[in-house]
Amino acid sequence: MQIFDNKKEVGGYLLVASVLLLVLPMLNTFLAEGDFLHVSSFQLSLWGKYICYAVLAMSLNFLWGYTGLLCLCQSLFFALGGYAFGMYLMLNVGVDPVYNSALPDFMDFMGFTELPVHWKPFHSFLFTAGAVLWVPGLVAFIFGFLAFRSRIKGVYFSILTQALTYAAALLFYRNEFTFGGNNGFTDFKKILGAEMNDPSTQRWLFIGSAALMLLVYVFLSWIIKTKFGKVQQAIRDSEARVRFSGYSTTSYKLLIFTVSAMIAGAAGAFYVPQVGIINPGEMTAAKSLDVVVWVALGGRGTKFGPVIGALIVNVLKSFATRAYPDSWLIILGLIFIFVVLFMPNGVVGLPAQIKGWIAYYKSKTASTALPKGVA
Amino acid sequence: MKRLLCYFLLAGLCPLGLIAERDARLILYDLITEKSDFSQMELLDELSDAGDPFIAEFYEQWRAGGVFLSNQSEWPLVYFRTGDSYTELRTGDVTTLNDGNIDGLEKARASRGLRKLLKPILDTIGLSAKDPSVRVDAAFKLGMGQDPEYLPILKNKLETEKDSRVKRAIEEAYLISLLGNTEDAQIVLESVKRLGELNSVRSRDIILKIGAKIDATGEDPHGISAAVKKSIISIESHETIVDFFENLSRGLSTGSVLLIVSFGLAITFGLMGIINMAHGEFIALGGYTCYVVQGIFASVFGVHSAGFQWFFIVSLPVSFFVAGGVGFLFEKSFIRFLYRRPLESLLATWGLSMVMQQSFRLWFGAANVSVETPNFLSGNYELAGIGMSYSRVFVIFLAIFIAIGTWALLTKTNLGLYIRAVMQNRSMASSIGIPVDRVNSMTFSLGCGLAAIAGAALSQIGNVGPSMGQDYIVKSFMVVVVGGVGNLLGAGVSAMGIGTIDQFLQPRLGPVMGTIIVFAGIILFLQWRPSGLFATKSRSLED
Repeated sequence: MQIFDNKKEVGGYLLVASVLLLVLPMLNTFLAEGDFLHVSSFQLSLWGKYICYAVLAMSLNFLWGYTGLLCLCQSLFFALGGYAFGMYLMLNVGVDPVYNSALPDFMDFMGFTELPVHWKPFHSFLFTAGAVLWVPGLVAFIFGFLAFRSRIKGVYFSILTQALTYAAALLFYRNEFTFGGNNGFTDFKKILGAEMNDPSTQRWLFIGSAALMLLVYVFLSWIIKTKFGKVQQAIRDSEARVRFSGYSTTSYKLLIFTVSAMIAGAAGAFYVPQVGIINPGEMTAAKSLDVVVWVALGGRGTKFGPVIGALIVNVLKSFATRAYPDSWLIILGLIFIFVVLFMPNGVVGLPAQIKGWIAYYKSKTASTALPKGVA
Repeated sequence: MKRLLCYFLLAGLCPLGLIAERDARLILYDLITEKSDFSQMELLDELSDAGDPFIAEFYEQWRAGGVFLSNQSEWPLVYFRTGDSYTELRTGDVTTLNDGNIDGLEKARASRGLRKLLKPILDTIGLSAKDPSVRVDAAFKLGMGQDPEYLPILKNKLETEKDSRVKRAIEEAYLISLLGNTEDAQIVLESVKRLGELNSVRSRDIILKIGAKIDATGEDPHGISAAVKKSIISIESHETIVDFFENLSRGLSTGSVLLIVSFGLAITFGLMGIINMAHGEFIALGGYTCYVVQGIFASVFGVHSAGFQWFFIVSLPVSFFVAGGVGFLFEKSFIRFLYRRPLESLLATWGLSMVMQQSFRLWFGAANVSVETPNFLSGNYELAGIGMSYSRVFVIFLAIFIAIGTWALLTKTNLGLYIRAVMQNRSMASSIGIPVDRVNSMTFSLGCGLAAIAGAALSQIGNVGPSMGQDYIVKSFMVVVVGGVGNLLGAGVSAMGIGTIDQFLQPRLGPVMGTIIVFAGIILFLQWRPSGLFATKSRSLED
């Protein structure tokens, strides 16, 4: 079974893979600082962050673009993965000199003397790596089960997922919830025994994020070509017909929702060590809607549209928040309205759209010319 | 001013106390200048009957050395400090005193003896106030102080007071004060019994203390201990009831805000199929309109004038029309392209929401702005011990008004008929000649206008800031979903229900857990009734 559509895509994929996995890390390692082609560690971790966002966008596209479920809790799953990994990192900060205990700072501050039970397994890296996937997956499964069972769909699903995000953020803002409250987790020191600030650690994290993105891309390309993927797209186009044909759309949607949450969780896990902080601000409804913007801008229902959208918006954001800090949100909002109104297929669909316009224009001039000739 | 002169003339003409009630200012003037035919004692008596809060205000300046006397003219002038300037006591003329003209003035100071005489007057001045709630507060203050000096005054007032609510408060205060100042077991017994009958929550600790004292000594020939227990049970059951009704009234007012917000949403979302994520920003627009109208009123009428108090009433319709107009523009410019694409309307209006929120931030600043509470909305309304601020009562009535208004608009007018027709079947409505485009614009404006009214009302019970709408928007969406989309009755019932449940859960679980439990409850509720409380029945397959 073929995974890629055509040879061009295979070539592009291999090119991107070699640049991300080999060229950029090598430029960072072997070239001296100040060299024209040198890629600084800062740049590398910045792009690593964008790549995590791109994976998040892909996970939403899997849901929204291919199944028609506009989910507004993707940032929640992302943050849950991030928190799970953050817990592992927090347990590796070592004994801090102020409180003289190995507990995370905020726990000392709140008067804990012992690690809460649900924190203990996170000493293990393997358990954490699993939790990054199953924690968001479980939340998605339970919520999805309740929502899809009662056939909540369309905008109602969006509204409920938005409420879920809102409620979860409220919960995480509480100090009593033992996840650091307002400040979340920060000040990470070590990951798998390596220093966080070490350039090589940053490099490996970047390579890891890139590998994740490439892997998710292959996985999604594969799945939309299988029979499962066909049913998935049929649900997007007309759920009732699929159900009448005897498919249990509820199970399909539940599985897709859970898988997409797991992908988002994995992206969050790579995001946290590269950014160095995770807090409840990451799981607001506004962040979820940001992800929707990336997908819509790039082109929903296309394979690499979300990646492009995430990169465009985030690069633009990094630039605009420095150049025009006050009006950045206005720019973003206007872009959004513009995209929704005039670019239904996003950046990826733009060439086809322009072609369509040209064809329309040509046919119009042709058809107006004809009656003249007849007359 | 004229009235003051009149009083002044009358006071001059009738030298021997024939005038029963004079303005407190004139009494004070006489007291300070010592140039009247009344004796000091007579003036003090008169002052204690006047019950004007101004006396306390003036006394504060008097004590602090903010009162000056000028003996240059025939009638001495008394200036007292009001803010940055000085006011003449008798005429009310405002002047500014500075180093240049303050020299000829003598600082008026109340003598030690006079101060001693004035103190009880100032303490009991509230009992004679015109406003019954001030009288109630003053009575409780005296009662809780348990100063034996004021017992006869309270007793005296108890007999003369006519207002039943104030009378009750004075009785309660008197008994509380009595309990602290008597050793007579019989009186204690009766007071405890009576306080129990009065359901006096304030006296609970005092009664408990008496009970503890009796239990400690073990001697109880009069059966006080039993009376204490009975009274405490009565008071505590009363307290539970009061708590319940206070929660209920808070819940109703929260529900009322939700109702106004979600009516707007139910119209745009339920009737038109537009998910207006910018609805919260229209709420903020209402709040800011209120703020701007306040500014205009302040500059036109001045902050202390009576006219300024009207700004809030005026700002309600103004915010409705401003937001309606803005909504109209947005509808015409881009929302009308999105009627058949509900998910994309969500995205476009989210963009709009970002633009609007940031514009507010740039225009008015990121911090909250303050909107004054007009006089008629400040204070508490109290009914059988259940207190509720006037602004919350106002919101409840506003919600009722809006519910009735919206219902009448949708069922009794042509526009309402059109709106319902368009909602049921857009193309069919269009084909029988209903101006669909215009109806759409009007409906969207109506929804936005309602959001803005909610925002203006919120300026009285919450903050006005760029993201003020965000707190309500998620809840309001839930209200609409629970109520059944496109159903205003459902939206009303579920707004009240969610608001009340939220307020009942909050004292027990805290605001966060309360909200989370409400959300969990909503998700479980939708298991049972997926399309809400009052689902619109339809045979069409939604696909």
